[in-house]
Amino acid sequence: MELDPLILSRIQFAFVVSFHAIFPVFTIGLASYIAVLEGLAFKTRNPVWTKLSTFWTKVFAVVFGMGVVSGIVMSFQFGTNWSAFSQASANFLGPILSYEVITAFFLEAAFLGVLLFGRDKVPAGVHLFAAIMVATGTFISSFWILAANSWMQTPAGVEFREGVFHVVSWSEAIFNPSFPYRFMHMALASFLTGGFVVAGVSAWYLLRGREVEANRKALSMCLWLLLFIAPAQAVVGDFHGLNTLEHQPTKVAAMEGNWETSRNVPLLLFAIPDQENQTNHFEIGIPSLASLILTHEWDGEVPGLNEVAVEEQPPVAIVFWSFRIMVGIGVLMILFALAGLFLRAGGRLYKTRWYLQGMRFMSIAPFFAVLTGWFVTEVGRAPWLVYGMMTQAESVTPSLTGGMALFTLIGYIVVYALVFSAGVYYLMRVLYVGLEDSDDEEHASDRPARPLSAAHVPFEIESGSHGVHQAKPANEGGH
Amino acid sequence: MELFDLALIWAFIIGFGIIMYVLMDGFDLGVGILFPFAPSEEDRDTMMNSVAPVWDGNETWLVLGGAGLLAAFPMVYSIFLPALYIGVFLLLAGLIFRGVAFEFRFKARTSRYLWNWSFAGGSTIAAFAQGAVVGAYIQGFNTVNGAYVGGALDWLTPFTVLTGLGMLAGYALLGSTWLIMKTEGRLQEWAYRVSAPLLIAVLVVFGIISVWTPFVDDMVRERWFSNLSVIWILPALTLLCAFQIWRSVRNRFEGMPFVATMGLFITTYLGLVVSKWPYVVPPNYTLWDAASAYESQLFLLLGLLFVIPIVLAYTAWTYWVFRGKVRAGEGYH
Repeated sequence: MELDPLILSRIQFAFVVSFHAIFPVFTIGLASYIAVLEGLAFKTRNPVWTKLSTFWTKVFAVVFGMGVVSGIVMSFQFGTNWSAFSQASANFLGPILSYEVITAFFLEAAFLGVLLFGRDKVPAGVHLFAAIMVATGTFISSFWILAANSWMQTPAGVEFREGVFHVVSWSEAIFNPSFPYRFMHMALASFLTGGFVVAGVSAWYLLRGREVEANRKALSMCLWLLLFIAPAQAVVGDFHGLNTLEHQPTKVAAMEGNWETSRNVPLLLFAIPDQENQTNHFEIGIPSLASLILTHEWDGEVPGLNEVAVEEQPPVAIVFWSFRIMVGIGVLMILFALAGLFLRAGGRLYKTRWYLQGMRFMSIAPFFAVLTGWFVTEVGRAPWLVYGMMTQAESVTPSLTGGMALFTLIGYIVVYALVFSAGVYYLMRVLYVGLEDSDDEEHASDRPARPLSAAHVPFEIESGSHGVHQAKPANEGGH
Repeated sequence: MELFDLALIWAFIIGFGIIMYVLMDGFDLGVGILFPFAPSEEDRDTMMNSVAPVWDGNETWLVLGGAGLLAAFPMVYSIFLPALYIGVFLLLAGLIFRGVAFEFRFKARTSRYLWNWSFAGGSTIAAFAQGAVVGAYIQGFNTVNGAYVGGALDWLTPFTVLTGLGMLAGYALLGSTWLIMKTEGRLQEWAYRVSAPLLIAVLVVFGIISVWTPFVDDMVRERWFSNLSVIWILPALTLLCAFQIWRSVRNRFEGMPFVATMGLFITTYLGLVVSKWPYVVPPNYTLWDAASAYESQLFLLLGLLFVIPIVLAYTAWTYWVFRGKVRAGEGYH
C-alpha cells in the first residue's frame, strides 16, 4: 500500500494540535483565576487566598510546561508538513504568529518565572503584577492565534497573486468575519474549563474533608462564575453557528447532517451519516427545529451538502457527531451550574455528596467539549485549508514522502504518550498532596503513599495559621 | 516605491534573534549536557535551579526564530524545515523531554533518575541537532523553483556530524562557565575544572570546521582568500576570546569566563555570516530572493521596534530578580 503524505500529515497535525490545545485552554482560564486569588490575597491579607494561589500555581506550572513544549512543535509543523501553505500564506500568517510571540509568549514566560520562583524575591505587589501579566499574556496569545485560524476559515483582506496571498487590509484580515465569534466562544470555553477543573478538584477535596475552608471558597467562587458563563456560552455558540451558516454553509450542513437544501429541516438527535450514499440511517429528530435555530423561522431554508460537489464535502460523520458531543456537554454544564444555585439556596451545597461527586467527574468534561468543538470547525472546512482559496492537497510539503510523515507521526505519538502519562501522573500527585501546608515538607511528601482520611481535617484547618508566617517574607523580599 | 531595504533590516533582526537564542538557550542546554557528570545529586538540583526560572523565556527566542522566518523570509522557512525534516523532529523531541524534566524531576522521587536522563539526553540531542542545522546551511540545499527537492537525509553528512559535535562542545562550555558564575563551593570548583578541557574540545572542533568549510563551499574559499583581508580580524578575535577564557578560568574569575565564552560564540557566528553573506538558502537564494512582501515586512517591523525593547527590558529585569548565587535547596518546589 502506498503511504499518502497528505492523509498522514492531516492525522499528524490533528494529533499534535489536539494534544497541544488541551493545555492552553486550561491555563488561560486558570491564569485568570490565579491572578484573582493573588489579588484577593494582596487586598485582604487572608492566608487562605495565598494557600489556594500557591496550590493552583503548582498545577499551572505542570500544565503550562506541557503547553510550552507542545507549542514549540506547532510553530514548526507549518514548515515541515505544510511548506507550500507556509510559502503561500506567509505574508499574513508570518507577521500574525510573530506578533503572538513578541506580545504574548515572552510576557508569559518572563513573568511565569517570577510567579513560580519569585514569591520570596519580589514585593507582594510585584508578585501580583506578575500573575496579572501571565493572565494577560494568555489572552493576547489567544487573540493572535484565533485571528490566524479565523482567517483560514473566513479569509478577508487579501489578494491571491502568483500563488501567494498579499495583504491589502490588515484590519480586515485580522478582524475577519468569523474572528469575533470564535474569540468569544474560545475565551468562554477557557473560563469554563478552568472553572470546572477548579470546582471539580475542590469538590473532591470537600468529599474527603480536606482544607474545608479554602476549598469551599474555591468551589463557591467557581460556581458563581459558571452560573453566568455556562448559559452565556450557549448564546455565543448560537451566534457563532449563525456566522458559520453565512460564511461556511457546507460546514453547518455537515453539523446538522443535512444532505439536501430544504425547508422545515429537523434537528437530528441521532443519525448515522452515510457519505457514500449521501444520506442518513436511523434518523431521530425534532421536526423543523434546525430550521428554527438556524433561520429563526419554522420553515426557513437550510442549505444542504448537495450545494457542493461530493469531493468538496467534509467527512460528515466526524463533524456531525463531534458537534453533538460538544452540545451535549454544554447542556450538562448548564445543568450543573443551575443545580449548584438551587443547592446553595437550600444551604446544602457543600454537603450534597452526589453533586460533589458529579462535579468531580465534570472536571474533565470541558476538555472533551473543546476538542470536539475544534473537530467540528477544523474537519468541517475540509477539503479547504484556506476556505474557498487553497485546498489541503495544494498545501502539503512537495518533498514529503509517506515514509517520512509516518516516521514523525509515530515519533510524536510515542513522545507525547510518554510525556502525557508522566504529566498526568505528576499532576495527580500534586492533587493528592493538596493545599496542605507545604512548610511541612516531610508530612506532605509521605501523604500520597497512605490512604487519605477525614482524620486529617482538624490538623489542616489549624494549619491555616502558618500561612501568616509564610506570607511575611514576601513583603520584605527584593532588596 | 520602497523607501528602505526592509529585507536587509530584517536580515539583521533575524540574525540578532538567532545569536540571542544561541547565547541564551545555549547555556541552559549546556547545563543539561553537563548534567550526568555533576559531582552529586544535590549539585544537580542546584544546576537545574540555576536555569529553571529562565529556560522558558530562552526557548521563546527559538519560537520567535521560527515565526520571524515565516514572516520575513518565508522561503527559508519553507525550504529548511522540509529539508531538515527528520532533524527538526529530533530537535523538537529533545526540547520536549528536557522541557518537561524541569517540572517533573522535582516532583519525582524514585523515578528521578529517569528525568535526569530525560533532561541530559534531550539537551544533548537538541544541541547536536542545532549544530547539524548550521552545518546543513553551510552545505546548501537542493532546490528548484523555491522548493526543496532533495531527500530526507541529505543533511546528514560527516560535515554536519562535526558541526553538531562542535555545537555540543560549545554549549557545554557556555553551561560550565554559567555555572562558574551562578554557583559556589564544590559545584563551582567542578565547573572550573571541566571548563579547560571543554575549551580545548571547542577549539579543536571549531578549528577542523574552519579548515574544512572552504572545501565544502567554493564561495567561502573565494571570500576568505581573496582581497577581503579585513575579515581575518574575526578569527583573531575568536582566539583572543579563547585565550581570555583560559586565563580567567585559571585565575578563578567568576563572571569573565561566561562573558568571554559569549564573545567566542559571537565572533564565530559573525565569521559564519561573512562567509555566506548574502545567501540565506545556499547555493541559490539570497536574502532578497527569500523575502516576504514589503507590506508584510513593514507591518511586523513597526510592532517589533516598539515591543522588542519592552521584551528586553522585562527579560533583563527577571534576570536581575534571580541574580546572585543559586544555593542548594532553593526554588519553589
